[in-house]
Amino acid sequence: MRDVAIIGIGMTDFGELWNDSLRDLFVKAALEAMDDAGVDHIDGLVAGCMSPGLFAGQEHIGSLLADYLGQAPIPGVRVESACASGGMALRTGIAYVASGMHDVVLCGGAEKMTDVSGAQATYALATAADQDMEAFHGATFPGLYALMATAHMHKYGTRREDLAQVAVKNHDNGMLNPHAQYRMKITVDQVINSVKVADPLNILDCSPITDGAAAVIICPLEMAKKLKKKPIVKITGSAHATDTIALHQRADMTWLKSTADAAAQAYKQAGVKPSQIDFAEVHDCFTIAEICVLEALGVVKKGQGGKATREGLTARDGKFPVNPSGGLKSKGHPVGATGIAQIHEIVTQLRGDAGKRQLKGVKRGLAQNMGGSGGSAVVHILEVL
Amino acid sequence: MLTPAIVRRNTPQRYRMEAAKCAKCGKVFFPPRLICDACKSRTFKPYTLPQEGTVVSHTVIRTAPRGFGDEAPYCMGIVELTDGTRILCQIADCEPERLEIGLKVAIEFRKIQEAGESGVIAYGYKAVPER
Repeated sequence: MRDVAIIGIGMTDFGELWNDSLRDLFVKAALEAMDDAGVDHIDGLVAGCMSPGLFAGQEHIGSLLADYLGQAPIPGVRVESACASGGMALRTGIAYVASGMHDVVLCGGAEKMTDVSGAQATYALATAADQDMEAFHGATFPGLYALMATAHMHKYGTRREDLAQVAVKNHDNGMLNPHAQYRMKITVDQVINSVKVADPLNILDCSPITDGAAAVIICPLEMAKKLKKKPIVKITGSAHATDTIALHQRADMTWLKSTADAAAQAYKQAGVKPSQIDFAEVHDCFTIAEICVLEALGVVKKGQGGKATREGLTARDGKFPVNPSGGLKSKGHPVGATGIAQIHEIVTQLRGDAGKRQLKGVKRGLAQNMGGSGGSAVVHILEVL
Repeated sequence: MLTPAIVRRNTPQRYRMEAAKCAKCGKVFFPPRLICDACKSRTFKPYTLPQEGTVVSHTVIRTAPRGFGDEAPYCMGIVELTDGTRILCQIADCEPERLEIGLKVAIEFRKIQEAGESGVIAYGYKAVPER
């Protein structure tokens, strides 16, 4: 297997982008990534997109995007793992490059969510839950994460304010990200007093509905070294794990087993322990998710995610900064794009290009991208050479 | 999605809570599966879930999906039945203030969705607090 490096990144603004179609968004991010890498040709394209059929009435987008990127007849494919589709796109591309099948591959993610009504978007997102056992009974995604939150608060004494602090911290970071959808400061009181969605979660505990795309260009590490244009970011870990998609069928609904399993594999591949990771971008689709992810990644012990957040561990100036980009909460969550946007932020930070939100002295970052209520998880570890 | 075919196919689970028990290791599956994830056996015995249990987590859905709009807010929970099997369902006849982990519930046959996309009225199980 060949070592793989990231040589180009690009992303659109995240937000309600009424003038851009799904293909516009993807191609804008992809062209930026190709320009950043200094390539005018790619050997393959992998697009992460959760539900172009339900959000945009369009399937068969692997070919569509390769064509609109001016790259047909290269192979182009869409991969799907619900909200982890972006992470899956990168992992699939890595398999192409590491195996020697292709050299220069574009791994992108996109979702166009605002062409449909809120009700239709909610329906499309809910297809990532178990249709027969969860959605049928009237469960929503905020509802499923609310069930995790209730259980976590009961089992570990996690406080309502701890959940809110995740959103407050991520908005503090997102304010400094020009691509972020919600660049405003919020307070714990505002989160706790915002409109109720699914108790104990309120609207400010939830990531928004967002249009956006992101893309990265990967190639063999040896080829990247010859280009020598920018700091080389090597992919040292890439892992994916699955779990039952129905929350209630898991032994412990507060434990994100797929994330723990993927992280264990990624740490092993990279030859590092959690304490050797400098910072992370994680899947804070709801505030409780970031707390549970910290635990599953082994950054803190089981049950300590809320306390660690309260004590500032994950703040930008904390010992282990999490979601310096603003996370899904503030930056926005175009589901298929999210996993690649996380990689975009990690590369930006590792290159030292993050401007006002730049973390000091970071050499190694981790991205955790999750599908549904944790039925899938993709973890990547990146290091700057 | 609620089409007549889907509603009909799910009837044994939704109307009668028919599950399957692995003939080799005894693990219970609801809905039934074709292979046991624990021991990989493909032989199962029919098994009906018990009708009492305890709430192990709960929420109140304030923003409802399509088909449930008229009902919001409504209570939902994960219920651990007396045999240890967990199900997700609505908790009916329950004020949100009454929800707590440990609440004893009984399973009842109720209407779940007012009408599906094809006009089918869907029934199934809900939990109700023990009186």
